[in-house]
Amino acid sequence: MAEAGRKVRVASGQGFWGDWQEAPKLQVRKGPIDYLMLDYLAEITMSIMQKQRQRDAGSGYARDFVDLALDLAPDLVERNIRVLTNAGGVNPEACREALVAGLREASTGRPLRIATVHGDGLMERLDSLIAAGHELRNMETGEPLATIRDRVYSANAYLGQAPLLEALERDADIVITGRSTDTALTYAALAHEFSWASDDWDRLAAGVVAGHINECGAQAAGGNTMFDWRGVDLVAPGYPIIEASADGGFVVTKHPGLGGRVTWATVSEQLVYEMGDPAVYITPDCVADFRSIRLRDLGDDRVQVHGVKGSPRTDQLKVSIAYHAGWKATGTLTYAAPEALDKARRADEILRARLAALDLEFDEIRTEFVGAGACSGRVPERAAELPEVELRVGVRGTDRPAVERFTRELAPLILAGPPSVTGFAGGRPRVQEVMAYWPALIDRAAVEADLRVEVVEAR
Amino acid sequence: MRVPLGRIAIARSGDKGDTANIGVIALAELAYPTLVKEVTEHRVKQHFSGICHGRVERFELPNLAALNFLLHESLGGGGTVSLMLDAQGKTFGATLLTMEIDAPDDVIAACGRVTSGEAPGRPTAAHREEADG
Repeated sequence: MAEAGRKVRVASGQGFWGDWQEAPKLQVRKGPIDYLMLDYLAEITMSIMQKQRQRDAGSGYARDFVDLALDLAPDLVERNIRVLTNAGGVNPEACREALVAGLREASTGRPLRIATVHGDGLMERLDSLIAAGHELRNMETGEPLATIRDRVYSANAYLGQAPLLEALERDADIVITGRSTDTALTYAALAHEFSWASDDWDRLAAGVVAGHINECGAQAAGGNTMFDWRGVDLVAPGYPIIEASADGGFVVTKHPGLGGRVTWATVSEQLVYEMGDPAVYITPDCVADFRSIRLRDLGDDRVQVHGVKGSPRTDQLKVSIAYHAGWKATGTLTYAAPEALDKARRADEILRARLAALDLEFDEIRTEFVGAGACSGRVPERAAELPEVELRVGVRGTDRPAVERFTRELAPLILAGPPSVTGFAGGRPRVQEVMAYWPALIDRAAVEADLRVEVVEAR
Repeated sequence: MRVPLGRIAIARSGDKGDTANIGVIALAELAYPTLVKEVTEHRVKQHFSGICHGRVERFELPNLAALNFLLHESLGGGGTVSLMLDAQGKTFGATLLTMEIDAPDDVIAACGRVTSGEAPGRPTAAHREEADG
């Protein structure tokens, strides 16, 4: 049977908002693929987009995606490639409108069908949800959401494959979602192509593993690899491509002729990235057991993945909530040898004494000595011989004027502080709003009843 | 022999809220039992004494010859709350690889052959076919 040997290729094009813009173009133009998945959303991205939307009702999505999609549109039609993306952020509708407007000027050969997924945003329903008994307790602290309700900026449920499948069944060329899970952008394509049942837990779990490999872009294809990192060409890396079979087995690969590398090492590294309990990788559509994954390095940038086991989905969806938690600012100064670390330490003592004398109160003042163990928490031996040390001081608190005042206390150290200091060319540190993350769970029925897929034709 | 963990393993780290995760992967499958024996929750907690203020949890993945560690209360509150330079724990994997461990000579030699390219890190298709045949 042709079906038994059929492969579906899902290419990863973006791993976060701000990723390399050329990568998805190379994925589309440098070899065969069937689907392009573009992940733009990290935990905190939704709150940034929500803030943008408050200032401008027509924003709140990944604008980069619109430019990219317009550039790629003729290729998508010619090569019959479909796109799944969560670029819609907190405003998938505006994202679609910008894309449709742009496509009017483009010549794509035929009209493109664009789907948007609505219903992940819970902000407008938050009070009615709380009133109906959904406490949305913080998964880490156990506190109910009511304790910070008035400071909430954004609240979005992580959606699984269902709306993506509907969009694909309705012949969408491009599917734009809000807070879809990163992994669903890959496995929905596979479930659609191979008509996987919604309770086929093993195949869905295999799709989740494929999605986890795809969701961080180059990271599965040599980016950030520790194994022979000098030997990997990362100037123009080929991002990962999942080449899947109907039974859920797949090969991780990349286009030949591009940089990057796919080996047992690069795939293993991505598999353990941001992992919790490997036996219980929870998604909206199944629970995957990462201990069941079998890898085989086939050589030539091909790694086979098989044997993945899954178990039934849970009754709840995860909700990503962001809330205002004060203000912060961080500034730096650099001290040169001799005795660079001692000079930086003295400067920190002086700064803290001045802040105390001003009666400024903060929730936290943090000092790090960059070059002297700031990342590891371990002061190096022979610290006295370090050629230079960067003093990095940050404060955080609820009193914005106090944080503002802190930003004016670093520069005085240049003349009224220890010697051989430099590195203040950037001026005063910027005061930033602190957006805290509140992970919670909600009954899936409370969200799924309101999900809606819209499909429009852009011509 | 006493060697840094980086002689027999690679690692990658990341964040979930205020918890950092570090995945540690043996360079050769032969090295996995050494990882299990040497890289304990207690030793990881000690190695990150300046960073990790909560407990350390370890999970085993023999299928990948890997261990996964969760370091709770290690990211200064996590996300944008954190004032840390490495608020997402991206460098923690590299830091763990500097930890000194005791490894048998044959394990070090096997990992050395993988690092130098003389031997594959995992059984390849060809190897498996030989074994199966």
